[in-house]
Amino acid sequence: MELDLHKQFRVDIKEHLVKFVFFSFAFLSVITTVGIVVVLITDSAIFFSEVSFFEFFTGTRWSPTIRPEEFGVLPLISGTLTFTLVTSLIAIPTGLLAAIFLSEYANERVRSVLKPALEVLAGIPTVVYGYFALVYITPMLKSFIPQLSTFNVLSASIVVGIMIIPTIASISEDAMRAVPNTLRHAAFGLGVTKFQVTTSVVVPSALSGIVSSFILGISRVIGETMAVTIAGGNMSRMVNWLKPGETLFEPVQTMTAAMVEIGVSDVTGDSVAYRSLFAVGLTLFAMTMVLNMVSAYIKRKYREKY
Amino acid sequence: MAVKDIASGAAEDNIRKERIKGIVFQVFCVIAALFGIVSLGALLIYVIYEAAGWLDLEFITNTPSRFAEKAGVRPPLLGSAFVIGLVALFSLPLGVGSAIYLEEYSKQSFFRRFIEINIANLAGVPSIVYGLLGLGLFVSTFGMPHGIVLVGAFTLTLRVLPIVIVSSQEAIKAVPDLQRHASLGLGTTRWQMIRTVVLPEAVPGILTGTIIALANAMGETAPLIMIGAATTMFTSPHGLFSSFSAMPLQIYAWSDFPQSEFQHGVTPAAIVVLLIIILSMNGIAVYFRNKFYQKKRQK
Amino acid sequence: MKKILAIALIAVIVPFAVFAGGEQEEAGEQLSGSIKIAGSSTVYPVTVAMAEEFSKLHPQVEIPVQSTGSGGGFKNFFIPGKTSINDASRPIKDSELEAARANGIEPLEFQVGIDAVTIVVHKDFPADTITIDQLAHIWRPDDPAQKWSDVDPSWPDIEIELYGPTSASGTFDFFTEEVVGEGGASRSDYQGTEQDNTIVQAVSGSKGASGYFGMAYYLENKDKVKALKVNGVMPSIETAKAGEYVLSRPLFIYVAKKELIRPELREFVRFYLERTDGEIVKQVGYVPMTTADVEDYLAKFDEAVADVQ
Repeated sequence: MELDLHKQFRVDIKEHLVKFVFFSFAFLSVITTVGIVVVLITDSAIFFSEVSFFEFFTGTRWSPTIRPEEFGVLPLISGTLTFTLVTSLIAIPTGLLAAIFLSEYANERVRSVLKPALEVLAGIPTVVYGYFALVYITPMLKSFIPQLSTFNVLSASIVVGIMIIPTIASISEDAMRAVPNTLRHAAFGLGVTKFQVTTSVVVPSALSGIVSSFILGISRVIGETMAVTIAGGNMSRMVNWLKPGETLFEPVQTMTAAMVEIGVSDVTGDSVAYRSLFAVGLTLFAMTMVLNMVSAYIKRKYREKY
Repeated sequence: MAVKDIASGAAEDNIRKERIKGIVFQVFCVIAALFGIVSLGALLIYVIYEAAGWLDLEFITNTPSRFAEKAGVRPPLLGSAFVIGLVALFSLPLGVGSAIYLEEYSKQSFFRRFIEINIANLAGVPSIVYGLLGLGLFVSTFGMPHGIVLVGAFTLTLRVLPIVIVSSQEAIKAVPDLQRHASLGLGTTRWQMIRTVVLPEAVPGILTGTIIALANAMGETAPLIMIGAATTMFTSPHGLFSSFSAMPLQIYAWSDFPQSEFQHGVTPAAIVVLLIIILSMNGIAVYFRNKFYQKKRQK
Repeated sequence: MKKILAIALIAVIVPFAVFAGGEQEEAGEQLSGSIKIAGSSTVYPVTVAMAEEFSKLHPQVEIPVQSTGSGGGFKNFFIPGKTSINDASRPIKDSELEAARANGIEPLEFQVGIDAVTIVVHKDFPADTITIDQLAHIWRPDDPAQKWSDVDPSWPDIEIELYGPTSASGTFDFFTEEVVGEGGASRSDYQGTEQDNTIVQAVSGSKGASGYFGMAYYLENKDKVKALKVNGVMPSIETAKAGEYVLSRPLFIYVAKKELIRPELREFVRFYLERTDGEIVKQVGYVPMTTADVEDYLAKFDEAVADVQ
């Protein structure tokens, strides 16, 4: 009996050890979040002691490496918003209509081919998309938009739009498929067309999932880096939305592209420019975090219970 | 509808209008569904066409060169393989372990929700921010040299971990409770039960998620730029502390070269190599996913 | 399940085996190590070419090279001791020299060639030549020209789009000194980059665009952009060598003296210096050194090596 007790004790220790090890792995995720926040905040704090909050958040000139050095983040935010807006205008309607097709119109066979095909769009690395935009799409667009600049918003938006379609389509489709068929049948029973069923019954019922997919897609576009760095150019400017030509056809620098520009040249520096990297990163992190939380909230709170 | 409307044929007109609206709408939906696929298809065909003359065995074995004819991708290819191999090595135990803890050991509590929300948030953080984490933590704070294999691997592991955890969780959740109870009823310990019953069942699902995450990691560029990886290296990395380059970094560097042999020859070839690797990995993942569903169906 | 684990394990182990095994076979000499280099984007193609050739003989030596600008390279890499060599398209400044010495780093200067800073415009630009004064009118910080016609009424009445290096660049320092008259004085509304290829891309795509960089980038892309004669002289290896081209300047590498105890660095620097009078520099697009100069620099190098050993 005593031998058994010893063995039991050893086994117990082992079980507790295993549980503790796995717990610490899971806790690593919390440490990672803390790490991100700490890294971003500490370097940003030093930055904000050198460059005032006011200058950073209201300045309209971003120029970390060209004298006179100025660190106004508004051009970068303007660039990010512009790029995100144009990309969303491409991706959201397309993604939604594609989701409607997959959920309401396509048969099982078509779905089994289309869904994986759409996933491929999301699997292509953004650096490749950036290359496509610069080397294939821009020259093609130039042939009928002669005033198009070599680095411009439109080409980058098109490719990133294509890349984001699966995100919107897949989540929206899941939301729509979750709408029970009884609702559809009831509507048909009232003599309503398929188009009306889709637009008046299914989409509104799935709205929370659909809207949350839009917000998630937007959040991804805000964080998108390489395509817009390669094809969008390095010129930070305040975008004038009243002039669509100027908005779309000229180069733009988003927050992410500006971070790459600094990262490529100033990796080890002890300079204001190096620290501005973290200030921009913090702003970016805050924006995407808020959007992700809003998206999750909408999905949870407004979910129709059937 | 008044009788006079029906009689005047207004009803039929309406029905026809509705039908046309319905058909037009459906057409738009089909176009939307196909737009992305067709556009990407065209781009892929074009890049393969341009890569055709340049992609040969020499391309894979040569080092990058300022001469387009001699350019090759061996160092970045090996760099990518090395780093992703390490990421797999690090992320599998950490990810699966975390998932095991969440699914098998922890109870539904505030703390568990907290960790899960955390992980969901981390999955949505842009990858460039992970690059900043790598830079600020590993390079600046821990003082590791910039641009070495180990730092790249650590950074990408953190990036990939949330995805591995979530897909492992799904796979583990799918193992029927009946099997767990049966095993515990026979007197196994919790860990024995996990090791012998749950994990083997969950492996295909785990592998699916992990391989897809690794395929994404192969295409990651921004985090590696932030931690100081070189965009062009002539030598392949030999060890954990070697400087390295990676395929997407080399493509990024070459995308800047305006000479037409590069823009329409070498760079497309490099892109095709990278895409073949990524799409194969996705294909393998799909294979595992099908096996996973087969097993489920057998139950 | 075991089979899957085995496959997964192999998939991870194989890359390791490939490295450990693959690279060894070619090592003729056992030189190994890592030589980190950063600095001028102008000198970058020369250093990269030298690194490429050197790697063929010594594949175990890693030579990562970054294009950060001469000033950026000094400040962020060379002075803090993170690189052993800094490429520079201008001489080291006194302040940089002091800062390096304060950090225990003694920079050794070696000239590796002569560059002709080239002004480029779109291929269809109607003019062929520009004067220094006109360049100053375009690039000066106070009230610079906005349209080409402001500079010369016969030129197109379109907006000037400018591209050029940032203030981390030696080319920037040189250009502003020579053209505007004061180092660092430049208008700030242009697109700045240390990747000169980006400048080529941008200028080739836009009729009103112009930029400036080292001659190598022009010679490599003659079919994409047009070079303007400066004061009537076309930039070329001959005109730069003869001193006829106004915007010509020497190119340097700076080596951290104490690092010369490393055999791989010694071999590389010697390899580099020996070839600065030859085809590589010329093929990249700069004026090579004369053999006499190379001998002088090699002597200086040998002396430094003797000092540290």
